[in-house]
Formats: sequence, C-alpha cells, structure tokens
Amino acid sequence: MSETLLLETASTAPRRRVTAVAEHIVEVLSDSGEGAQRCGQAFAAIAARSGHGIWTLEIIPAEIQPPARSVAGASGNRIRLGGGRITNGGDEADLVVAFNEQVLIGRVAEGELKPGCLVLLESMWREDRDPAVAQAYAAAHADLVARGYRVIEIPMDRECRKLVPDPRRGKNMFVLGMLCSVYHLDLGLGREQIALTFGKKDAKVIATNVRLLEAGWAWAEEHLDFAFTIPTAQITEPQVVMNGNAALALGILASGMEICAMYPITPATSVSQHLTELFETVGGLVHQAEDEIAACAFAIGASYAGKCAVTITSGPGYSLKQEGIGLAVMAEIPLVVVDVQRGGPSTGQPTKPEQGDLLSALFGTHGDAPKIVLAVSGIEDCFYAMITARRIAETFNTVVIVLSDGSLATAQQPFPRPAFSEDWLAPPVDQSPVPEGARPYDWDEATGIFRRFIPGQPGGMHTVTGIAHDRDSHVAYDAASNEDGLRHRSLKLAALQRTLTCPEVFGDPDGDLLVVGWGSTKGAIEEAVAGLRAEGHRVASLHLRFIQPLPSGIGEILRRFARVITVEANWSDSPDDALIDEDNRRYAALAMLLRSRYLVDVGCWTESRGRPFKPGTIRAALLDELAKEKRG
Amino acid sequence: MIPVADCLLRTAEAHHDLADYRSELVPRWCNGCGDNAILTAMQRLCRDEDLAPEKTVFVSGIGCSSRLPHYMNTYGFHGTHGRALPIAEGVKLSRPDLSVFVSTGDGDCLSIGAAHWLHALRYNVDLTVLLHDNHIYGLTKKQASPTSPLGTKSNTTPMGSVLAPLNPLTITLGVQTASFVAQAVDWIPDLLYQVISAAYRHKGLSFVRILQRCPEFMPGLFDPWIQDPKRMLLLSHADGVTVGPALAKVYPNVRAHDPSDRAAARAIAEVEDPLPVGILYRDPAVPRYEELRHVGELRTVERVRRGLEAELDRFTIWPEDAATP
Ligand SMILES: Cc1ncc(C[n+]2csc(CCOP(=O)(O)OP(=O)(O)O)c2C)c(N)n1
Ligand code: SF4
Ligand SMILES: [Mg+2]
Repeated sequence: MSETLLLETASTAPRRRVTAVAEHIVEVLSDSGEGAQRCGQAFAAIAARSGHGIWTLEIIPAEIQPPARSVAGASGNRIRLGGGRITNGGDEADLVVAFNEQVLIGRVAEGELKPGCLVLLESMWREDRDPAVAQAYAAAHADLVARGYRVIEIPMDRECRKLVPDPRRGKNMFVLGMLCSVYHLDLGLGREQIALTFGKKDAKVIATNVRLLEAGWAWAEEHLDFAFTIPTAQITEPQVVMNGNAALALGILASGMEICAMYPITPATSVSQHLTELFETVGGLVHQAEDEIAACAFAIGASYAGKCAVTITSGPGYSLKQEGIGLAVMAEIPLVVVDVQRGGPSTGQPTKPEQGDLLSALFGTHGDAPKIVLAVSGIEDCFYAMITARRIAETFNTVVIVLSDGSLATAQQPFPRPAFSEDWLAPPVDQSPVPEGARPYDWDEATGIFRRFIPGQPGGMHTVTGIAHDRDSHVAYDAASNEDGLRHRSLKLAALQRTLTCPEVFGDPDGDLLVVGWGSTKGAIEEAVAGLRAEGHRVASLHLRFIQPLPSGIGEILRRFARVITVEANWSDSPDDALIDEDNRRYAALAMLLRSRYLVDVGCWTESRGRPFKPGTIRAALLDELAKEKRG
Repeated sequence: MIPVADCLLRTAEAHHDLADYRSELVPRWCNGCGDNAILTAMQRLCRDEDLAPEKTVFVSGIGCSSRLPHYMNTYGFHGTHGRALPIAEGVKLSRPDLSVFVSTGDGDCLSIGAAHWLHALRYNVDLTVLLHDNHIYGLTKKQASPTSPLGTKSNTTPMGSVLAPLNPLTITLGVQTASFVAQAVDWIPDLLYQVISAAYRHKGLSFVRILQRCPEFMPGLFDPWIQDPKRMLLLSHADGVTVGPALAKVYPNVRAHDPSDRAAARAIAEVEDPLPVGILYRDPAVPRYEELRHVGELRTVERVRRGLEAELDRFTIWPEDAATP
C-alpha cells in the first residue's frame, strides 16, 4: 500500500485514527550531518519528560563522512518508548522516518523493520534533476511498498524551504514536530527541548528551529491519518537521562578518582572526553598518553603515589595494557581499568558492540594475576560500578576491571537521579608516619589484605617491584617468598568473595531452563524470559555482575534447573557445523567459566552480529532450547 | 621557592647524612660496574639537597641499572621494562610535592621505551632522568642495544652488530621541547655529581646520558677515553658546570659552551670523539606539563558535590518540569 499525500489536497484534512499502543519503536535516519541524531535525542528527551519509559540507541556509520545517500551512511537514532521502564532497544521498528531512501535499505536488509512498518519518507528525490537519483528512489520506493511497508511520502524539503533557505539544516526539527504530533507529545515540551538543545546559540537560531518544529507538527496534524497514544506514568522522583559512557564519567567523578589516563579508542573515548570537561571545573586530570601502555603505566604511577586512578579503553587498547595490569597486581597497587568492549579480534568492528573480552579480562597477562572483574548490566550500573570499583581497588590494593560495551556506551535510559554521598569519595591520601617496625607487605594471614605505604609517609620508604618479593618488598627469588606472595594475592579475591551476595534469580527458583547472562544484555534477556514465563514456560534467568570472584550460591542455582545456557554476545562454535563435536566445540566465555567452576553442563547461545541483543531473537533461541529439552 | 615555614622547619631539622639514603640492601652489581658510581652520586645529591627520604621517589624500568631504587632509602618504584617514564609522570602529576628521579637503561629507554622517551621530552614533567648507557643489554646477558657500537659482538650479533648505533643526545635535542640535556661519565665522579645536581635543580625534564661501564660484557669499551683524558671535551660555563683548576689539569680539553645555545649544543652532540661532558642544553622557559594542566589544586568534597550536582542537572527531568499525563 502506498500513499502519496498530495499537497494540493492538503486542506481536506484526513480523519485521524488514534491507536492506543503499549509501546513503539521509532527510527530516525538520515545522511550523517543532517541531524537525525539530534532529532532522535530530542524526541527521546521529550518522550521521557512526558512520562514514557525510553531506551535510545545510536545508529552510527563507520566512516566519518560517508558519501551522501549511501546504504552504509545511515546515521540516526532508534527510540523505544513505552508505558513502563524500558531496558533495551527492543525488536523491530514500528515507524521509521528517513531523509532519503538509501539510508533505509541497510536497515531493511538487517531485518530492523517490523512487517507493515510505517515509513515516513522524504519525497524530494522522486523529482531529482539527476535521473539516476530519481530512478533509485522510485525503485527503492517500489521495493518498500512491495515488502508491505506503509510508505508515506512527505515533501519535507519543500515544506522546510518555506522557512529556511537550506533544509539540510532544520529538516530534523520539522521531523521532530511531526513525531510530536504522531505520538501526542506536548509541543510546549518540544519548544523547551529546542531551547535546551541550542542553549548556547542565539535566540534567532532557537526561534527558527521552533518555527520548523511547529511547521512539522502542523503538517502532520493536517495530513497524517494516524496517531498513537502510549501510556505514561507520572514522574514523581527526579530522573536523569544519559548514555552509559556519560554515566561512567559521572561515576568516576562521584567515586573521587582524580586521575584518568587514556588513549583515544572507539567506543571508549567519550567517557574520557566527558570527564575532561567535568575535571575542568572540579579539578583532576585526564591525561591523553602516547599509547595505552603509557596510559596504564601513568595510571599505575599516579595510583601508587596517591589516590586510585583509572584508565579507560576498548579491546585493542586493553590488550596493550596487559603487562601493566600484571605489574599492578604484583606490586599490589590499586587500579581501575574500564574496557568498553567492541567487536574483535584485532581492529575488529570498531563501532559495533560485542562481549568478546571476558576471558582476557579474567585471565589476561602472564603468570597468576588474580584481579577483580565486574560487568555493568545497565546505564545506572555504569554510574555506581565506578564507585564500587574504586573502593574495592583501594581496599584490596589490586586491579578492578570494569567491562561495559558498545551497546551501553551510546544507549540512553532514565534512572533515578543519584543522591550524592560523601562516602563515595576516596579518603584523603594517608601521610601519617608509619609505625616503627611495620613492613610494606604486612599481609593479613587470612585475607591477604595489607595497609599500603604511600610516598610522603615518614618511615615507610621501600621500593615496590614487579619482581617476586618478600614482606619488606625486597626482591626474593626463593620458593617460600614466591608462594607467600602468590598465596596472599590470591586470598584477597576470596576475601572479597565472602562479602558478595548471590544475584537473585529472575523468575522461579527452579524450572526447565535457566539463562545466565552478564553485562549489557540483562534487559533483553529478562524481557525475553518474562514473555516466555507469561506464556507458561518454566524459564528463569540469572545475571552476573561480579564475574571474578563469583559470589557463593550460583552453583546451587544452576543445579536446580534441568538445563542451563548462557546467552552472550560473542563467538561460540555451532554444534550444527559438520566438524564440531563435544571434543572440539569452543564454548562462549561465560559458559566455559561456569562449566569449569561448577561442573554443570552449561550450554550457550551466542550472537556476534555487532548489534545490541533483541529480546525477540533471544526468545526464539530459548524456545529452541526448550524444544530440545522436551525432545531431550 | 620554598615557603617560609618550610624553610624554618628545614633549619630546625637535623640534616641528613649519606647513610640516611642507603637502604639496608647491598648493591648486587658486578665489580667495577658504573652503576655503583651513579648510585653514590645520587646519594650525595640527596644529602646535599637535604631531600626528605619520604618525599623522594626513584622510578626505574627493568635492567641492571633499574635496580638502583632498591639501594636508596627513599620510596622507589621498580616497574616494567621500558615504562619507567610514564610511571614517573603519573607519580609526579599525582603528587607534584614529591621529588622524582628515573633510572633507565639504554635498552629500557631507547628501545622498548623509545616512544615514552620522545613523549616525555614533549611533556617536560619535572623529572630527573638518568640514562645508564652501557651500550649493551646487561641484565639479559649481552645482547646488542641501540647504542652498541657498529660491529659489537654479542649473543644476538655473534658476527658483530650490523646496525649503526643511534645517538641519544642528538635525538633528544631534536625534540623542540627538550629543556635540559647533559652528558656525564661514571669515571669522573666530580663531574657526574655536578651534572646531576644541575639536572635536579632544573625545573622540567632533565635528561642526563651517563656513559656507564659494564666490565662484565663490554670490558674496556671506554678505555680509550679513560686512558687518554685529552679525548674528553669538558663543557664549561658560568651558567652550567664549572671546571675547576684541579679537573682542568687532568682534562685539558675544556670548552666554553653556553647551554642556551641550541645550535652549538647540537653540533657538540654530533661528535663522539672527543667525548663531550657537561650541560649541552638548558631552557628553563619550556612549560611543564604539570603547570599546563594545573595539577595540585585542592579538590574538596564540596567541589565534587557541586560539580556532580551541576552535571546531573544537565541530564535531569524534574517532576515539576515533566508533563502531567
Ligand atoms: C617486556 C619485556 N621484554 C623483555 C624483557 C627482558 N629484559 C629485561 S632487561 C632487558 C634489557 C636491559 O638492557 P638495558 O635497558 O640496557 O639495561 P641494563 O641491564 O644494561 O642496565 C631485557 C631485554 C623484559 N623484562 N620485559
Ligand atoms: S652486567 Fe654490566 S651493567 Fe650489569 S651489573 Fe654487571 S657490569 Fe653492571
Ligand atoms: Mg644497558
């Protein structure tokens, strides 16, 4: 079905059918530089302020300036809005706005559009002076129609031209106005959002954009025969809406860490960029080192001499930090390392998310180097995990690795505004004299914990070293000293482990299938599980935040289910491949860990498609697994 | 400049003597190893500058030379191979109140840590860097280093090394922001001491290449210069190292050289015979990274609270601003 809404007949406004829906997924797509991103973000903010739950994802082309009207150049946002709390980007889109037909093609091919999806398409290309463009448009349009999408061609350019000379700048606000109309959002909030978005620019810019917004809204009111209402909830507590990387940056500030050393790498860089701005006013240093090896060494030096420091990176940079991480473990210097994972190995898929670094986080660097690994499971967790990580690093004088990934980095979600507590901050650096006779590595027999002497403390002079050493920090190659050090460094993990509480099972305590996940996939997994449970399936899930050490009680949980699988965004061999059998199958990272620790036959389902998990995909995988179990 | 109160404290305190800077460990270097002379010079410097042992940090990488911190009764950080400089930068940026020294070998600094060397010169953090240049990998038992003379027979070059050595002085002087470049030799302790004390007093990164004897693996390497003092070129200047009459008697080859003259410094650095010793270049005006980045400002709980709240405000939806459904 295709509809070309002719302007000539504009005065006869269609009767508008308003449909109540529980939620919708909207995508706004353009060439990069046309402002779809800004439109999507503003739309999400307005929706959030209207009391909708939201989750937004960025759609980012891999190149900086991809050619205009190219399939790979799609840039924009996906906004999932609903009545309650939204925890992931969802399945396929219900409505897509596209500034040209090419940016749609890739999304269609990837299966990102729901059958019958509404497509609001810029129509200017149909009459383009370049016949090739006009032809491409006509062909793509015909294809979209043939696929059963409801394509509505909209003369956005023509309408915007009435207000601005270059609609490439401004069309996005016209679209924002249309979306406000389609989703019954308050235009007043729209105007406020524009003022916020263009805050630093002059009033004229804001006025122009507000006019474009109003024009888009009026146009939709007059020409579109559909609108949707989605339930809202009254906002009673202040909420913050930010993406995972912003939450990491704010969390670092809130943790009291004052020094961050980094080397730019996608998708981690924006954490440090944000932190640089914050430290500008609050004090503190973000050091852009010459490489990740130096960044890690710099952070270790800074930590050694004062408060715990942080170094932030992604996969390739994480590889380069390995020797430094081992040094911090060995010399027992607190250090927080953030790895915002991306597709690997090597340069891999720089702009795409993956959970491929778990094993290198757990076991990276040579020798026995026990370190703490925790994975953030959502945007809010990005904030609080940094406070936890700093505190653990300093209490146990060791390395804490925090794993996030590309799908949280730029995803936005509201969460309750954190209420600042002084306890979050690091205590002042101890400069008191060291008691007579105290030794630099005075390991507690039971826990391996000791009080670190920090430069400036009279009487505490000693040389820390990455070489095997005794309690005086003297180089010691003898077997007893070596094992003494290994033992106490290892005990610290057990000491921390004793303080951890077991994560709660999502669903019933036993059943046919348990899904275990870690990191960013929590929302999508739990949504899939909730759906299946509602249909009567005996499925539950367990999400791990601390992965090293693992809290007590997990083994018992695994054993209460007939079948256990992990769901992870990394690679595992498919048992369906001809060469693959139980003797050679490579399991997903967490599955491997759980199998070895609990001696439970944990299976896995993985996907490495370079995109955030969809609850629908997980659902299908779990149904498969349940069917197998039945046949079993 | 030392604040008045600190001054008073200093005079009130007992001055330190050499023993205060010796750790209880006996150096494990070979007999005749030049590292011993460097250690002695450092202990003398600490005593003469009356450095508080707890406020002094010696950072090193890995190698024979990098053992030095263990023999100082100060704080020390014996790091990983090649990474002494970034570790030391972190120490200093986190704690500008500490005096930070770096000991690094020719493999440590000029090979595995080469990127850090160039960038350290760019940052110009206030560090005193001692390059223990014995022209060989000592700790790993004789492999060619970036400064091994052409034809050096080593375990990795049994037929003689085929690559020409690099010149750490000309390279260092090639970095625009290098602010202090000097050369010393372990066998003229007086000059070594003078050079490192000038290096210590320089605010910024002072790079001191010390030709260091390794009798174990490079026996006799510097003998031509040791045996023929005329082959040494002593750089003298009122604003640099002054060569007293006693020294001048032994080392007649003294040249007046103004350390602010970069072109002359480069010309001197090019020539290895006669071997220049002294301060080649100094520019106290080069900005230091810690100044440029304003580190050391007091961060109070209140400042963090205000900064965090203000930032959260930017992301906040207040109930009163939200739409009422
Ligand atoms: C990453 C790494 N690579 C290699 C080594 C082995 N290694 C230790 S010291 C050294 C060379 C030392 O030579 P130099 O820096 O000149 O110091 P010297 O022993 O001569 O004082 C090497 C290759 C190491 N410790 N770490
Ligand atoms: S091997 Fe050479 S550098 Fe190492 S301690 Fe012996 S003499 Fe000194
Ligand atoms: Mg050497």
